[in-house]
Parts: sequence; C-alpha cells; structure tokens
Amino acid sequence: MKGSEIIVKALLEEKVEAVFGYPGGSVIPLFDKLYDYPQLNFYLVRHEQAAAHAADGYARATGKVGVCIATSGPGATNLTTGIATAYMDSIPMVAITGQVKSSLIGNDAFQEADVTGITRSISKHNYLVKNVKDLAPTIKEAFYLARSGRPGPVVIDVPVDIQLQEADFDYSGEIALRSYKPTVDGHPGQIKRALKLIRESRRPVIMIGGGVIISGAHEELRKFAEAINAPVTATLMGLGGFPEDHPLYLGMPGMHGTAYANLAITDSDLLITIGNRFDDRVTGKIDEFAPKARIIHVDIDPTSISKNIKVDVPIVGDARNILSEILATLTDGDKPDTTEWLAVVDGWKKKHPLTYDQKPDGYIKPQYVIRTLDELTSGEAVVVTEVGQNQMWSAQFYTFTKPRRFLSSGGLGTMGYGFPAAVGAAAVVRDRPVVCMAGDGSIQMNIQELATVATYNIPVKIVILNNHCLGMVRQWQELFYHRRYSGTPLKNPDFVKVADGYGVAASRVKDPGAVKDALRAMLDHNGPYVLEVEIEPEENVFPMVPAGEAINRMIGGMS
Amino acid sequence: MSMHVLQALVENKFGVLARVSSLFSARGYNIKSLAVGETHDPSVSCMTIVVNAEDEGILEQINKQLNKLIDVITVKDITKTDYIDRELLLVRVRYDERNKARVDALHDQYTFHLFDKKDDYAVLEFTGDSMLVESLLSDLATIGVIELVRTGKIAISK
Repeated sequence: MKGSEIIVKALLEEKVEAVFGYPGGSVIPLFDKLYDYPQLNFYLVRHEQAAAHAADGYARATGKVGVCIATSGPGATNLTTGIATAYMDSIPMVAITGQVKSSLIGNDAFQEADVTGITRSISKHNYLVKNVKDLAPTIKEAFYLARSGRPGPVVIDVPVDIQLQEADFDYSGEIALRSYKPTVDGHPGQIKRALKLIRESRRPVIMIGGGVIISGAHEELRKFAEAINAPVTATLMGLGGFPEDHPLYLGMPGMHGTAYANLAITDSDLLITIGNRFDDRVTGKIDEFAPKARIIHVDIDPTSISKNIKVDVPIVGDARNILSEILATLTDGDKPDTTEWLAVVDGWKKKHPLTYDQKPDGYIKPQYVIRTLDELTSGEAVVVTEVGQNQMWSAQFYTFTKPRRFLSSGGLGTMGYGFPAAVGAAAVVRDRPVVCMAGDGSIQMNIQELATVATYNIPVKIVILNNHCLGMVRQWQELFYHRRYSGTPLKNPDFVKVADGYGVAASRVKDPGAVKDALRAMLDHNGPYVLEVEIEPEENVFPMVPAGEAINRMIGGMS
Repeated sequence: MSMHVLQALVENKFGVLARVSSLFSARGYNIKSLAVGETHDPSVSCMTIVVNAEDEGILEQINKQLNKLIDVITVKDITKTDYIDRELLLVRVRYDERNKARVDALHDQYTFHLFDKKDDYAVLEFTGDSMLVESLLSDLATIGVIELVRTGKIAISK
C-alpha cells in the first residue's frame, strides 16, 4: 500500500480517535487517505497552531497521545508553538508534517523548511522518513516515545514522494531502542532513605507537579498524604492531582500561590516533591526556597533532579510506582507526628485566605465569575485556560478535585493555547462541560477557531474575561513600571458580533447580579457558546511574589 | 571552570551530531573540542567531547541531558579515570633561513613529521596527548604559526 495509507493504518493501530490538522501541498496524498477513514475523526482547524494545541488539549484531557497534521514549510512552522508548549509540559503528542519531495530537500524548494532542525530543541525526538519501508516502524516508535518515560511531542517529517511510494504495512515489529530505557521503579535504597527523612520530620510538606497527573498517581498520593498526615501543595501543572476540597490541601505554591502554601514551604523541615521540576515561578529566589527543609525529589526525568535545587534524596522513576512502593513499605513507626504543624498551617489558612470583594453594584470581579462557575458545575468541568490573569484566577478560584480537569500552558505560557486546546478536549470529552477561560487578549490569538467549533458543533463554552487590556502585563506595569501602560491597552472588537459572524451563540454580561444566570445559560446551551464578561479593568492577581523574590515575601492578599 | 572529557556512544544515524551540538548551544554549555567517528560496530559512533564546566552541577546536567537524547546510548565522564588520549595537529610554520634551526630543534624534541617544505614554509604533523600538544603549541608560538588545524581530542580508557 501507499505510504499515505500506511500512516492512516498506523494511526488506527494506535487507536487514535481524533486527528487535528490542516492540508497543504505536501500532505495531499495523506489527506486523500484520511478521506477514506472517517473513524479517525479528522477535525479541520483554521490555523496549524490550533491543530497542535487541540492535539495537546485532547492529550491532557484523556491521557492519550494527541495527533496533529500539517503540510511542509509554513504549515510545519505554524505547529512549532504548539509543539514547544507540549514539550515544556510533558504532553504526549505525535505531529506529522509533510515535507517537499526527497529529491528537492535542501534546495530551498517551494514551502520547504528544515523541520527536523527547527523542532530539535522543542520536541522529545523527531524523524525525517527517507524510506517508505521505515514509515510504519517510525510511527510505532514515535508513539512509544511520546507516551513513555517523561512524555513529550515527537515530530515525523514525511516527504510527499514517500507518501506515494508502495510498501507492505507491518505494524507487528518490536520496538528495540538500546539507547532509551526510562527508569520507572524507584531505587529501594533511596526509598528507604526517604522513609527515614519522613520518620524524622515534624513539619513535612508534599509538593506535587504535573508528573502526578501524567502517571495517574492521584489515588496513591492521597493515601500517602493521609498516611503521613502532611499538607499538600500542587503547582499549576499539578492542580487536580490532589482533591482541593481536602483538609490537607494547601493550594498552589509560588508566584501566585496561596500565602499559606508559601509560608508552609518556607517553614517546612521536609519537602517531599513529586513530579515537579522546580520552575522559577514556583521557587522564587532559589537561595531562600525551603531553607529549613531537607528535600525528597521524585521524578521520572533524571535531568529534573538537582537542576535548580539541590536535593537530599532523589528518586528517579514513575510517580505512581514509587508512591505504591512507599505505601507498601511505610509502617506506623514511619509516620511523623504532625499535629502541631497542621495546627500552625491551619492558622495561616485562616489568617491569609484567598479573597476578593464582589460589590453588588460595582464591576464584576473575575474571581466571582470563576467561583460561580465552580458552584454551577460542582467543580466537575474541564477548565482550559489561556495565559495570564485568567489562568491564575482559574487556578486560584476553581475547585479542582480530580486530575485532567485543569488544562493550561504552564511551562511555555502560550497565549492562544486555551481555546484550541479546549476544542481538542471537547472533541472527546462529552460527559461534562469544557470551559475555556480566556482573556480579551489571548482569545484573539486563535479566535479563528470559532469556525472549527461552529463547523463540528463542538460544545466548548468560552468565557472571555474582558478587562480591555493585557491584564497580567498591565499588572506588572502598575506595580513595577510606574503605571506606564506600554502596549497593554486593547481596542477590542465586539466579541458577541464576532461570535455571531462565525455562527456561534454569544452574550455579554456587565452586571454582577446577572453573572450566575448568564453562566447557567451558557452551560445549558446545546453547542459552542461565547460569554463575554466585562470585568473590573484594574483587578490584579494576588498574592504575588515579585520575580526573583523569596516566596514568603508576597504582596497583596497578606492582610 | 574545569575541563572534562566525556565519551558518548551514539547511534550512527543522520542528525545525531546536530542533536548533540544543538543541545550544547541551547543550554549554554561550552565545548572545547568534539571528535566523532564510527566505531568497530558501524551502527555506533563514538564522540569524545571536551567540555568546560563551571561547576559539578553543570557537569552533571550535561551528562544527564546527553543521556536524555534518544540517540545517545551511553555517556561516560572519563576525566578521573585512567585513559590514553591523543590529538592530531597539522601546523604550517615559517621554515626559512631564520627559523629552520629552531624548527629542527623542536623536531628533535617532539618527533613530528615535517613535510610539504616549499617557499620558506613547511607543514608539521604531530600526534600526542594533551600535555605534549599544549607544550608543542606554546613552543611553536615563539616561532610563529601561519595556520593551525587540530582534530580535537580522542581517548580510550586503559
């Protein structure tokens, strides 16, 4: 069969149930075959970047490998932001790009770009397929790499002539990679050392990251936290990895974390961190991060260990496996007495709660919108955020109790991620609402996807928190740049009319008293919906740790 | 800053050198030299990489990041092990009436090959370990080097 059909057959073997892409000259043979296989559920986006983000959103929502397709040259370069986003957040993805004819590679041919060169540092691995016989094994290997170990995006660049050449389809070969053997089980000696530190601690804090969600370790984590009676803080990527309504939950650490999470980390004598890479937004000033604590660091990627923070007991492996091993070895004698510590932490929780003040006749507070959405959806929605204030408020004020309910570009911080990622999630998640929480800036980075949701009637609910500016940058300018609002005020279109133009239902709300009904109407609508919310234009995200400052020195929210 | 010698066995595939070199540039690590060639197993290449690492932490990261590349099979830091290293130099020097005696004196000391003698110039070829190479280069500096080409270090453990 032809190379193009081999690709499609391989995707079926991988049980792919949604493909996001955009055609072009170098993938016409592949699209010709997609036409024959409706069971792959191809979604035509309106910009290749959205295809990559949609594949990413699909992957985050389901835990499966997301797939996107684009043509050579500009098609592939448009994917790159989405590939880099997935790479930073360890999201399994396979991106298939067309390439110019093999004989033309390197000749500056029409729509040629060096895709393997461009994506080398933003993907887990990449391939240029030079022989049609290599196509099936390459795709198999790519899926394996994308989902195993620390997951990530893998790019397969397929010249158009390879798509047209004939080969047998054989997907039965074993994957044999002598150079790639991720460690999944924790070293027993290290686990023993970790247990000793746990036993000796009086003020432990557990800090979880995205690794807990990726490995599906949330149940084991909850049991572990309850067993040693230690409070848990979850980074942006870890939200939902621990139930936020649990008495041991501390909220998020770091720049826009809760005061009590940051104070607890700073005062802790043992930090047990799982599936997290100590991002600078989490640690603040490195020298003053958890200064009194010994640190246990569980991560599947050895490069994450001792990269930013020196740790006492590193354990390389899969979070779920390691937590199971710890739970199996943990005895009552290992459990520290944390009664006093939890009382201190509870004192901080009561003293410094996350707050906002919604006046009945004032501007709508964005936090109130998110709290109300939380209430109406019983914390069960999949919330997909853009990047900026909308992202931080969503992280702070929605109650995530389960994994894969908060999808957000954490590492790369990609504006324009949220809406297409929500499209990818909503393409498969139909048993609960998928809500994109956007700002008026970021929604305009991929607003053309309204055409996609209208075409396929994908029921994404888009809330645009409109403050008529790039709010997060404006906040920094207000606090650190003498209110010189350079490049941040936005003259926006009428979002309701824009949605209407695309054939998507929409409404606008300006009155705090009408927020609840407006959200309810949005959620009840059968199909995609845009709700524009006019919010307090100068609302800030607090607390805030200024960049490079120690995390216990927060501004705002420390009444 | 300390110098380290890393030896990486890698898949002998298209693009591997680019993956390694772009890793170094993307993460701001300094390569002093990099020599690569096929091993007795044609599916494997050996890279000898001499790096300048600011501290142990950076060195550890370089090691781990190299290992993380899918096409890298093993990485060894052989700096503190017993190894034999060699580097090949090709140097064009002035070989005129004034310099000839000094070059010949160095020739006796270092036993290099001297060839392509013409128009008052000659090319010398020298193979030796880092110490000898550095010593020869500093001696040659006093004579004047017209052109210098070196392979970078390769090494094998004892």
